[in-house]
Amino acid sequence: MKMNGANALVQSLVDHGVEIIFGIPGGVMIPIYDALYDRKDIRNMLMRHEQGAAHAADGYARATGKVGVCFATSGPGATNLVTGLATAQMDSIPVLAVTGQCRTTAIGKDSFQEADITGITMPITKHNYLVKDAAQIPRIVAEALYIARTGRPGPVLIDVPMDMSLAEIEYEPVKDVKIRSYSPEREIDDSAIDAAAQLIADAERPVLYAGGGVIASGASDELLALSEKTHILVTTTLLGKGAIPETHPHSLGMLGMHGTAYANHAVHNCDLLIAVGARFDDRVTGKLAAFARKARVIHIDIDPAEIGKTVPADVAIIGDCKEILRRLVSKVQPRSETDWNKQIMKWRNEFPLVCPMDEERLLPQCVIAKIWEMTRGDVILVTDVGQHQMFTALHYKVTKPRRFLSSGGLGTMGYGLPAAIGAQVGCPNETVVAICGDGGFQMTVQELAPAVEHKLPIKICLMNNKYLGMVRQWQELFWNNRYSGVDISVQPDFVKLAEAYGAVGLRVTKMSEIEPAFGKALEVNDRPTIIDFVIHREENVFPMIPAGQSIEEMMVNRPK
Amino acid sequence: MRKPMQHTITVLVENKPGVLARVSGLFARRGFNIESLAVSITDDPTISRMTIVVTGDDSVLDQINKQTNKLIDVIKVIDYSEVPIVERELAMIKVAAEPARRAEIMQIVDIFQAKIIDISETTFTIEVTGSTEKVDAIERLLAPFGIREVVRTGKIAMARGATTAIDQVNSG
Ligand SMILES: Cc1ncc(C[n+]2csc(CCOP(=O)(O)OP(=O)(O)O)c2C)c(N)n1
Ligand SMILES: [Mg+2]
Repeated sequence: MKMNGANALVQSLVDHGVEIIFGIPGGVMIPIYDALYDRKDIRNMLMRHEQGAAHAADGYARATGKVGVCFATSGPGATNLVTGLATAQMDSIPVLAVTGQCRTTAIGKDSFQEADITGITMPITKHNYLVKDAAQIPRIVAEALYIARTGRPGPVLIDVPMDMSLAEIEYEPVKDVKIRSYSPEREIDDSAIDAAAQLIADAERPVLYAGGGVIASGASDELLALSEKTHILVTTTLLGKGAIPETHPHSLGMLGMHGTAYANHAVHNCDLLIAVGARFDDRVTGKLAAFARKARVIHIDIDPAEIGKTVPADVAIIGDCKEILRRLVSKVQPRSETDWNKQIMKWRNEFPLVCPMDEERLLPQCVIAKIWEMTRGDVILVTDVGQHQMFTALHYKVTKPRRFLSSGGLGTMGYGLPAAIGAQVGCPNETVVAICGDGGFQMTVQELAPAVEHKLPIKICLMNNKYLGMVRQWQELFWNNRYSGVDISVQPDFVKLAEAYGAVGLRVTKMSEIEPAFGKALEVNDRPTIIDFVIHREENVFPMIPAGQSIEEMMVNRPK
Repeated sequence: MRKPMQHTITVLVENKPGVLARVSGLFARRGFNIESLAVSITDDPTISRMTIVVTGDDSVLDQINKQTNKLIDVIKVIDYSEVPIVERELAMIKVAAEPARRAEIMQIVDIFQAKIIDISETTFTIEVTGSTEKVDAIERLLAPFGIREVVRTGKIAMARGATTAIDQVNSG
C-alpha cells in the first residue's frame, strides 16, 4: 500500500500493538500527528511538557511490561525528552521516543529548531536512529521496538526528518526482526547453574539480593520458589520491590543506604550473596571494600557487562533470570531453616522498622504506614524522589511485581506524577497512588491538566515539608545544619491548586485526618485527588548509611 | 593480572554513519583510554573495522569488551591479547635535513627499510611501516636532526594463520 512516511510510522506502531502515545506536536511533527487524527486504534495523550511525556511512557512501561511510546517535536521538544530518556536508560525501561527533525537537506545548518538529538541521546539510549530513507521506516520501527523490549530493556529513539514523514513509500508490514549485530537470546550455561547450586549447598549464611531484572524478566514466582525451597531470605533493591511479596516472612525489605538494618546486617555477614537481576549500585553497596566481604557471590544477569563491573562474581550465570531461576530451583538441594535464619530474625527484632507514636506531629512514615494499612499493597504505588521516596520504600510493603514505580538509577525529581499517569492509563482498573515531595511535584505539576482531562483518578499524596527534604537531611547530618538552598516554603496552596486544575484538593495536618482523607480520595473515580499532607518539616529518613561508608557507620536514629 | 597493559582489540561494526561516534563516545564516557584508533572499510562493504589500542588492567579490558559489544551496531569485538598477531603502523616523518647531514639520515632510513617520499631544500619526509616499537625507534633516532612533523596511522592488526575476523563473526 502506498502512504507517506508519517502514516507508515503510525501504521507500524499499530501493527506492533502500540495503542497509546504520550506526546506534544510541533511544526515538523504535524504530518505524524495528522496521521493519528482519524485513527481509532491508536491515540495520543497530549501532555504539557515533553519530560512528562517521557516519564508517562516510562510509567506505562513499568506498570504494563509493554513498550511505552512518546512523541516530541524537533529541537526543544526533543531536548525536553532527555531527562525522561536518561531515567529510563538508568532503570532499563523499554521506551520508544519518536522525535521530529528538520528536513534532511537542512540538517547540519543550524536550521530552525534543529538539535542533534541522536548525538545528544547516544549515551542515554540503548540505541537510536536517524531516518534517512523513508522506505526504511517500517523496518526501523520494528527494530526499535524489538531492541527496546528484548535483552536488557532500554529506551530507543527514532529521529524523523520532516521530508521523510512526507515522502511516499510502499508500505509492507515488517514482522520478523533480525539484526546480525544484536542477539539478545543466549544459551544458559548449565554448568554455571550446577556450580551455583553447589555454592548454595555449601553456604551457611546465604542471602538472596534481587533487583529490577527480576521484575523485567517476570521471574517473581521463580524467585519465591527458590527462597521457599532453600529458606534463603530475600532483600531487594529499590527497583526490585515487589519481586517477592514484602508481606512474606522471607522478605527482608530493601537494602542499601536507606535499607532496613536487618537486610544490611544480613548482607554484611552473609557467606553467599546471590544477586539476581541487580547491579551492585553504589547506593546498595556503600563502601565497596567493606561490602559483603565475607561472601562468595553468585551473579545472575542478562547483561554480561554487569558481571564483574563493580563486584567480582565467583559464579556468573548470564541470561534471562526467569529461566535461570527455574533451572536453579530444580537443581538446588532443599534447605531448612538454620541458625542463620534465627540470627536474621534477631536483627529484625533488634532493629525493627517502627513509626514513632506522635499525636502532635504528622510524620511522613506514619502517613505511609497508614496508607499501607488502608490498601495492603493492592495499588500501583508511584513515588517521586527524595525523603518521601525512601520513607515509602521502607514502610510500604509491595506485594506484586510492577506495583512499585520509582526512579532509582537517575533519581529524577518530577518523575512521580507523569509516571503515575502512564501507569493509570496502562492499568485503568487499578488504583494508582503517587507519593510526591513538595519539591519534585512542582517540577512536573503541569501534568495535572492531562490527568484531569482524561479523568484519571490518581491519588496524589504530597508529603509537604516545605523543604527539599533529602538535601536538608544531608545538610543537617553532614554539613552542620547549614540549610543552603532548600527552603521552599514559598509555595502555592496545593488544595487551591488542585481545584484550579479541576482536581480534588484535601489537606491533612494531623494523624487522625489521614484515614478520612485518604478514604475520600479512594472514592473519587473521575479525577485526580491531591492530599496535601502537612508533615513535620525536619523528619529524617533512618536507617541511613552515609554515602561511601559501610554498615559500621549506619545511623538508626538522629544522632544526639 | 592487575597491571595496566596495552591491548589491541579489533571491533567489527556496521558500516553506517555515526558508528565511530558511538564507539569513541562509549570509550570517553566510561573512562577507557584509547592509545590509538584506526578505522577502515573491509572486504565486506557493509562492515567497517576498527583497530583500537587501549591500556588497562584485566578488569578494564573485560569491561571494554563487554560494553563495546553491547552497542547495537557492533558486530564483534575481538581481543587480540591472547592470540598471535601481525601488526603494523605507518608513519610519515618530516625531518630537518641539512645537506651536510643527509647521508646520515639516509643511512637510518636504509636500516629501517623506510623510504624518503618527499624532499625539499631543508627537509626529508620519510615513510616508515612496522611495529609500533619500530616506528618509535626511528622517531627517536631522527629526533636529534630536528623533527618538524609526524603523523602516524595508529596500529592495525590481524591474527596470524588462516582464520579471519569475519570468520569469527560467522562462528558467533
Ligand atoms: C531533577 C532533580 N533535581 C535535583 C535533585 C536533587 N535532590 C534529590 S532529593 C531532593 C529533594 C526533594 O525534595 P522534595 O521533592 O520536596 O522531597 P522530600 O525530600 O522533601 O521528601 C533534591 C533536590 C534530583 N534528585 N532531581
Ligand atoms: Mg519536600
